[in-house]
Amino acid sequence: MTAMLDCYAAVTGEDVIRHLQQLAEPLKGKSVVHVNSTRVGGGVAEILEKLVPLARELGLDTRWEVISGDSEFYQCTKSFHNSIQGDRITIPETLLNHFLEVNEQNANHLRNVLEEADFVFIHDPQPVALLKFCSKRKGKWIWRCHIDASHPYRGTWRFLDRYIRDYDASIFSLSQFVQLLPHPAYIIPPSIDPLSDKNVDLPQDELEAVRTRFELNPEAPLITQISRFDRFKDPIGVIKAYKLAKQYIPNLQLVLAGGTATDDPEGEVVFNEVAVAAGDDPNIKLLQLPPDAHRTINALQRLSDIVLQKSTKEGFGLTVTEALWKGKPVIGGDTGGIRLQVINFHTGFLVNTPEGAALRIRYLFNQKQKMQEMGIKSKEFVRENFLLTRQLREHLTLMVSLQHGAGDRIELG
Amino acid sequence: MNTIKNKQDPKAQSFALKDCALIAISTHRRAKTLKEFRDHIGSLDLDSLYYHFWANLLLPQFEEREYINDFAGWARHGLADTKLAEQLAVLDPTSFNDMEELRYHLLEYIDDRLEESEYLQWARASKQFEFTRAQIVVFDTHTRISKPQEMSNLIPQMSVSSIFYHFIDARRRAPDKMDDFCRWLTFFGETHRHLIDQLSGIDPYFSNLVELRRQVATAFQNHFAEQVS
Repeated sequence: MTAMLDCYAAVTGEDVIRHLQQLAEPLKGKSVVHVNSTRVGGGVAEILEKLVPLARELGLDTRWEVISGDSEFYQCTKSFHNSIQGDRITIPETLLNHFLEVNEQNANHLRNVLEEADFVFIHDPQPVALLKFCSKRKGKWIWRCHIDASHPYRGTWRFLDRYIRDYDASIFSLSQFVQLLPHPAYIIPPSIDPLSDKNVDLPQDELEAVRTRFELNPEAPLITQISRFDRFKDPIGVIKAYKLAKQYIPNLQLVLAGGTATDDPEGEVVFNEVAVAAGDDPNIKLLQLPPDAHRTINALQRLSDIVLQKSTKEGFGLTVTEALWKGKPVIGGDTGGIRLQVINFHTGFLVNTPEGAALRIRYLFNQKQKMQEMGIKSKEFVRENFLLTRQLREHLTLMVSLQHGAGDRIELG
Repeated sequence: MNTIKNKQDPKAQSFALKDCALIAISTHRRAKTLKEFRDHIGSLDLDSLYYHFWANLLLPQFEEREYINDFAGWARHGLADTKLAEQLAVLDPTSFNDMEELRYHLLEYIDDRLEESEYLQWARASKQFEFTRAQIVVFDTHTRISKPQEMSNLIPQMSVSSIFYHFIDARRRAPDKMDDFCRWLTFFGETHRHLIDQLSGIDPYFSNLVELRRQVATAFQNHFAEQVS
């Protein structure tokens, strides 16, 4: 076993790694390309940063390509993102045409790699039209949707469907997100990497340094939401919940920390709205962190007593998984993939309103023993279900399955 | 009781340890009412039925499931109909000759309930049921076991998906619904009859795979400890 695989085996158990090695055997030497729209920032980049080297360790010739675009392109793709999650946005024809032009330019640049690959994974809508410009493709193309597509705005979906339907398969995080498509729609929840800077154990002095840097009181309770400044993450609802809970927990502290992604043009606008809602309360810290501040985010999660993810729409919610892995109870919005991870009274609480979140904050600070028990269960829950090794296993299964046809049973060897 | 062959088959004495990986695929079928649910079950592919009874063992779950199969779980938590949930939960796929027979009994319970309750004919569930199927990829681990005693040490090291393949999935593959461990032991004649009976007595329907692995390993370990003493 290589050093990297040894490290994963120490966390997941050797049987999990052996299982991956055996499943990867028939795929050895196959070329696999992942394509998305940002190298840093956001859950997709974080997954690929680790998934790609781990797949290489198993003998797959795996690479990661990133498309580039201008602000108009990202304006269009952000509208895609929001309208897939249900916003009724009519995207002007000029922007849609520009979206296609940018995809064509990127296809010109990547054509050789993409057309030669045995498997191409296209992540989210930004690069979805690449396939249209790779007419001599020889491998299987898979569209991976990381977004909650359960109720997309039909106008947007009709446009994207023209490109998605030509793929050989698609992947959605939950079965509720699946749209009717003329190819197999696989269901694969995403995962976190236990060895990444975002999730690895941190020494106490590093935690204390972060606490000092952001002027957090070690004696006062701390709640945190880590996520982009995006209306679907409901940061203003979090502030409202904090203010309600603070009536009973006067020294309560709140950290709202968001990374910035290069493909999210709305972040600054939403941040300003949140700053207005926070007012001049010194116990609310609004942090705009650079996209590579993984260890800082890790420390903030570990310093927190409770982690919130009060989203009103959520693809999966990897920040929830990260918090659970650190043994923190999570108060999460009753939506999307958060439902798969937050189990009432076991790993945290699902809520629908700021009032509901405030109630659960009060409950947990009054039930410290329960909070500890939840923490222990949460970590084991993630170990069993939501680590990177599980996601890679499902990617390998999917590739084997696409290679061997549509039967419900594939016998190898 | 399983039929025991007395004649040894030398070619079959080596147990080929296999493993499997499952991947879930949407069927694009959804039900929001009991009537829709019934209509889908009536025409669903059998691999989807199989998925909702067995494959959930390989999926994320938290502690013990209140209702054993997905259909019963939806009747309780989606439709809030405890009576139907209890009736569907009691259906044990191992007690039917095949999945068609299981489907028949599922439909009987649902039809009876639809007839009994006017409310259930139009009530909308709080969450829709998503019908899913799975593809299973089976691969050879290249591990071969020639003596049953070796199983005592090997089983605790097996992946849970290997346990799934040999102890649960095997019953679907074999016409006599015997698991792979029992089938292999029969090649040794009457020698391990007691162990075969012990393994046959393990009910896979109420365990998670980790617990099932422990039970199978314990049966082998106890059997061979007794033989030594």
